[in-house]
Amino acid sequence: MNNKIKKILPQIITLLFVVGVFGFFTFNAQTNMDNRGIDFGFGFLTQESSFDVQFSLIEYSGSHSYARAYLVGLLNTLLVSFISIIFCTILGVIFGVARLSPNYLIRNSAAWYVEFFRNIPLLLQIFFWYYAALRALPVPEKAGPWFGVTYMTIKGYYIPSFIWTNLDIFLYSILAVIISIVIISAYAKKLQENEGKQIPVFFISLGIIFVLPALTFFIGGVSLNFEIPVLKQLSKTSYVFDGGIGLPPELIALVLALSLYTSTFVAECVRAGIQGIGKGQKEAAASIGLTPNQILKLVVMPQALRIIIPPTTNQYLNLTKNSSLAAAIAYPDLVLVFAGTALMQTGKAIEIVSITMLTYLSISLAIAAIMNWYNKKIEIKEK
Amino acid sequence: MFNVIKKLTSFIAMVAVLFAFTTEAMAKKSKTLKNTQKKGFVRCGVSQGLPGFSNADASGNWTGVDVDVCRAVAAAVLGDANKVKFTPLSAKERFTALTSGEIDILSRNTTWTLSRDADIGLTFVGVNFYDGQGFMVRKNSGITSVNQFKNGISACTNIGTTTELNMRDFFNSRGISYEPVAFEKADEVVAAYDAGRCDTYTTDKSGLAAQRTKMKNPDEHMVLPETISKEPLGPVVRQGDAVWEDIVRWSLNTMIEAEEYGITSSNADSMKTSDNPAIKRLVGAEGELGAAFGLDNDWSLRIIKQVGNYGESYKRNIADPGILPDRGPNQLWTKGGILYVPPAR
Repeated sequence: MNNKIKKILPQIITLLFVVGVFGFFTFNAQTNMDNRGIDFGFGFLTQESSFDVQFSLIEYSGSHSYARAYLVGLLNTLLVSFISIIFCTILGVIFGVARLSPNYLIRNSAAWYVEFFRNIPLLLQIFFWYYAALRALPVPEKAGPWFGVTYMTIKGYYIPSFIWTNLDIFLYSILAVIISIVIISAYAKKLQENEGKQIPVFFISLGIIFVLPALTFFIGGVSLNFEIPVLKQLSKTSYVFDGGIGLPPELIALVLALSLYTSTFVAECVRAGIQGIGKGQKEAAASIGLTPNQILKLVVMPQALRIIIPPTTNQYLNLTKNSSLAAAIAYPDLVLVFAGTALMQTGKAIEIVSITMLTYLSISLAIAAIMNWYNKKIEIKEK
Repeated sequence: MFNVIKKLTSFIAMVAVLFAFTTEAMAKKSKTLKNTQKKGFVRCGVSQGLPGFSNADASGNWTGVDVDVCRAVAAAVLGDANKVKFTPLSAKERFTALTSGEIDILSRNTTWTLSRDADIGLTFVGVNFYDGQGFMVRKNSGITSVNQFKNGISACTNIGTTTELNMRDFFNSRGISYEPVAFEKADEVVAAYDAGRCDTYTTDKSGLAAQRTKMKNPDEHMVLPETISKEPLGPVVRQGDAVWEDIVRWSLNTMIEAEEYGITSSNADSMKTSDNPAIKRLVGAEGELGAAFGLDNDWSLRIIKQVGNYGESYKRNIADPGILPDRGPNQLWTKGGILYVPPAR
């Protein structure tokens, strides 16, 4: 009996404490807001926002609602996180593997890279890319073309935009490519398990990827044109590029800083994962006659991934949350657009900050869910 | 069992600490004056550095016309214009800092608008600078008027300001497409514009004039003549403390009225023997004006002696440093401006 109380009492007290604290803060906020004549409510979301945003993935102007402005900020946050996660993973894997290279130069350069970018605060890196590196870029009229048709200027990176005809047919062909590759690899696996035959899945897939979409251009009526950015004069001395797609320098600086910074942590996760596999595993695999490529693909990586995935998930979550530092360099992310401008114009601090917090929580939980699903898929299955 | 008791006491201690920290926030709000007197300083929110309005020098001394409003209140309620704690705030932070009780006066070139006054728990007490939004461009661009703006122009500004809204109204009504680049801090806006990120920099004209002095080469830039909005800037207090609101309002009014009657920091004492009862009231030689706020009768005299009248403040902070030598609308109504305050009686 005494033991039971000992177990339960602290939990009850903790629960009461948590409820009490939340209740107290809610009550406190409510009385203070009442006293100062501030209303609580989410009605403002449908009001006209009447401010413009520099960069948006969806159609938006000040005549749209605050809810739409929220969506603009959210999509911009997701965009910068998505691009940065891809880059940081690629860089992280390269540098993680390079740190284990037998080559002295490669190994040590990778170590320098990791130690350098890992140990400088992220905000400073963002400032560096935005205020130092990108500020050194030329003004539009002095920018020479990169790859013929793209222009890197202080006002942004201008690339041609695609103008499609019959885009839907092209997209269907991509879908067909994915489905056929899935079917072929399943068939190849079955073939190997049942009859021990191997077919060159990789080359067949490569063929399909090129041939099918290309066919749509010849017989599907699909065609693709480019709109190339053209220099336009604004005044006697200032120019701007017109047409094409302009990526704002704020986005570029943020992607650079976030991916370089996070890639160092991913690199360490990758290194830990590979080093976590016992030497005996590789030797055993070699002794049954697997090639070095097969050892990596069939023995080392499947086990290393189990070690790599959970800490890398943390890094992805960190990256997404760190993207909120965008506000420092005027990239219109969720924090700048919604918890910044919208908050200021409406004064609905509690509502907007709660929505923003819930949003980051949801994004993080979604990323964690995806990574957990992947982790489940590759973890040891007891038979 | 001992363990349980130990845990319990630590929880109780935590709760007690929590309550101790928050009781202040729960106290009645008519107590701003009392709290200020107890603390011994006025808590004042200012900008992060806007020459002429609120700007700190290398040794941390704040100067400017916005700063002088807080100094006037300190002189009135504490007897010493230097007893002010300045909190630099970004445009985004300012209202939350005020409503949450971190500061008691917001004197930070803040535009008085209906929605701010009515919606978010604030009260504007007056206007200490009549301003309007303008545009700055590079002189060599050849642009001399906003009519020469073309599609695709990029405009740097601050977030969380009326500027963002006016800019949209302006460009929209003219059918010009533009790229708004909005930063959180004014210094970041200036740096971005100066580096060529933007073709124009837009904010209140006084702000443009002040920030121009911070540019690498101020002579390369000019402010266009057009004014696209009304921006009455003034001090703000929290809603719900009428006495504090009156103190701040009349501290500002005292400075303006003192200029009207020619009372300056140097002649204030001698004005006590003036024949004009209005002047005598203002320097505390007649009437009991301070009693209405719970202050002594010399409150206004201290403001004039320690901070000076509005004209002195303007000259010292804005005209002499060459920011805006011409007072424009910020001249007394008797001299062709629109500064007109209710009588102190």
